Amino acid sequence: MKWIDKNLHIKPINTHIDPYKPVENAIITHGHADHAKPGHKNVLATSETIEIMKIRYGENCAENFQILPTNQSLKINDVLIKFFPAGHILGSVQVLTEYKGEKINFTGDYKTTSDQTCKDFEPVKCHTLVTEATFGLPVFQHPNENEEIKKLLKSINLFSERPHLVGVYALGKAQRVINLLRQQGYDKEIFIHGSLEKLCEYYQNNNIDLGRITKVNLKKKKDYNGEIILAPPSAIKNIWSRKFEDPIICQASGWMSIKQRAKQSLVELPLIISDHADWNELTKYIKFTDAENVYVTHGREEAIVHWCKMNNINGLALSLSGRDDEEQL
Amino acid sequence: MKKFSELINKLLLTSSRNRKIDILSNYFQNTSDPDRGYTLAILTNELELRNIPISRIKEIVFENVDNELFTLSYDYVGDLAETISLIWPHKELGSLLSISEIIDVLRNLKRDEVNKTLKNYLSIANETERWALIKLISGGLRIGVSSRLAKTALAKFSNKKLDDIEKIWHGIEAPYDNLFNWLCDEGPMPKIDLLKTFNPMMLANPISKNDFKTLISSQFIAEWKWDGIRVQIILGKSSVKIFSRTGDDISQSFPEIKNSADSMVILDGELLVGRDFIPMNFNSLQQRLNRKKVTQKHMDEFPAFIKLYDILYLNNEDLRDKTWKSRRFELEKWFKKNDNNYFDLSNVIKFSSWDELSNFKKNQIIDDQHEGLMIKKIDGSYIPGRPKGYWYKWKKDPKNVDAVLMYAIRGHGKRSSYYSDFTFGLWNGNQLSPIGKAYFGFDDNELKVLDKFVRNNTIKKFGPVREVEKTFVIEIAFDAVNESNRHKSGVALRFPRIKRLREDKPASEVIQLSQFKSDFL
Repeated sequence: MKWIDKNLHIKPINTHIDPYKPVENAIITHGHADHAKPGHKNVLATSETIEIMKIRYGENCAENFQILPTNQSLKINDVLIKFFPAGHILGSVQVLTEYKGEKINFTGDYKTTSDQTCKDFEPVKCHTLVTEATFGLPVFQHPNENEEIKKLLKSINLFSERPHLVGVYALGKAQRVINLLRQQGYDKEIFIHGSLEKLCEYYQNNNIDLGRITKVNLKKKKDYNGEIILAPPSAIKNIWSRKFEDPIICQASGWMSIKQRAKQSLVELPLIISDHADWNELTKYIKFTDAENVYVTHGREEAIVHWCKMNNINGLALSLSGRDDEEQL
Repeated sequence: MKKFSELINKLLLTSSRNRKIDILSNYFQNTSDPDRGYTLAILTNELELRNIPISRIKEIVFENVDNELFTLSYDYVGDLAETISLIWPHKELGSLLSISEIIDVLRNLKRDEVNKTLKNYLSIANETERWALIKLISGGLRIGVSSRLAKTALAKFSNKKLDDIEKIWHGIEAPYDNLFNWLCDEGPMPKIDLLKTFNPMMLANPISKNDFKTLISSQFIAEWKWDGIRVQIILGKSSVKIFSRTGDDISQSFPEIKNSADSMVILDGELLVGRDFIPMNFNSLQQRLNRKKVTQKHMDEFPAFIKLYDILYLNNEDLRDKTWKSRRFELEKWFKKNDNNYFDLSNVIKFSSWDELSNFKKNQIIDDQHEGLMIKKIDGSYIPGRPKGYWYKWKKDPKNVDAVLMYAIRGHGKRSSYYSDFTFGLWNGNQLSPIGKAYFGFDDNELKVLDKFVRNNTIKKFGPVREVEKTFVIEIAFDAVNESNRHKSGVALRFPRIKRLREDKPASEVIQLSQFKSDFL
């Protein structure tokens, strides 16, 4: 990895991948705030990621935007760049770079399970894999997301007099949860916190079916009994949520598999729905790529590095700063 | 097992006390015998599966999971049952037996069947069932349900009185068929053997500054709060039973206490060691506690006796509904008739104002003998539990010392992701010597500060224990210091808690251990 350094800087073309601070040239894997920062000069990303950045940071959050669709190549000097769908959220990609015959793939954040709100993950072979490891411990084995959604629907049937407040990350998780509910035949109006509105709208404009969604209007209090309301976890923790009468607090997150974590966040109904690969997906993909070297950007690096050792693969933790690892995505 | 595991999962995630009671009450209503009885036993900590040590479970896990990956996972999750339930790699078809059937199987397992059976159970269980199964074996659910809450739910679902349930509780056994028959109006209230059954004790509330303003001193008397352990003594014709405050039978640790009387009586008192009814310090009493075998040497060196506070039963007559005054009268009458070597009356202290009592406390308290004062309402009856307005404890002022934070370990249950158990020490020359551990006293914000300090200042890890930079000073409050040959420092603190964080104080200003000893020992 001589031509790329630990800060994910591609030296021959002076370009950073998901840089934490403003740089000259940035490749952005997806629109989550810990990967996409405003203030870069030139940004290369998928059209969806660029649109999401503009929604979140404004039209001028970078000087120049260049779109690279998935599965198309772009050659800059001697470096070949190609995006492959990462299956994480709308517009998310892995970045495959090739220089002098050596292929390095950056996974960004990814999951390999299917998701109707974004393109399905595409595996790709490489010499060196730079991977995330948010759920890089063998205790993380995500259950089927449809079974989790059924838990929410069951609870609504059982406690039809209580509002169900579901904590979701505004970008990706919110839309996926809505979409999963629709897949299960839930066709009632779904209510959302104001901060989710624009992003839901953007997803709908991209032909992702979210059905009827309405912004919460807190002046009408009792109307929310038996309804599903989606809001970022921070809103659920603050005064905003006090306006609901005796709500059931739910949270959709991969972290929810740990009961004590759910308990700490006062979550009554944990829904284990993750947009990151679990332990089995992470290790299976490392094997698939045939990579000789594996660099772990963020997450539970130690266990993945140890697993690599057990499997005769060179593993190294990069411990990138600035990743919102502890936040409940 | 499915029903049981879902119950405890729900209880864990429910924070409202009333909702927990509802969940439990529904469970008791809709579950048959003996499943609900065994569940009750587990929730109240009355069930132990002694034949399967938790080390056996770990052994099975390490046969199936890489040791290092397990350690990293456990360190992250913080709860053993949860780590194992999540990491277990095998999934097989099948369904687990009911909770009572599983308990029956586990109790009767032969040694060489344990691993095979458990491995099978772990594989056919779902994740929540696995978690429940390991909790069942390791004991101690830590799901925020007290024994009292479980009994409150029993009272709710059956419309019986909680006090009635408490009265017979210690005389009945899992799976409590007779209890549930009575609760469901299908049988009589279970009869219990008075001579063998612990009766829940009456406990005191700490007295506050405000109480002195509102309470009328003439309605109360005081007694010393002797520094021993509170016990209930049941004397039969030739039998003696001694129970600790929590209902543990500790009779066999004190075989010298015999009954010379021919009456049946249940007494309340303080167990102490000493000669001529003069108590030695708590440390001496500790030499006698938790011993299965008692030697003559121990009995000679630390002879036990009991200071009597109260009387609950006399010759099958329940005195608990009488006032303290008339119970005291009965107690003194019984004592005069039956004076012997093992019982002494705890004196009644009379006073005419709170100030007078305060002065008495200040001047008369003997550090080694007294924990403080008890204040009791003269016309109050003996009410099990901790009723408000009757008995108060007025502890002596805590002692304080500033010490340096040395090691930390993660807590359990709700605190499993926080470093919340702390070891602290004093200087011994230019080295620190640990003098104790504390895991409470701080509030949530202070815990966050401590946790952050530990994470950012770890210098070494020993398994789950983190050694930290010796720069953080904490003020420790404690009730007493005893000499101890079990601890390297030679001292043991009683009831240590973290009173304050002293971020302002440099560690170099913390005192020497020798200074501490000469100040407090």
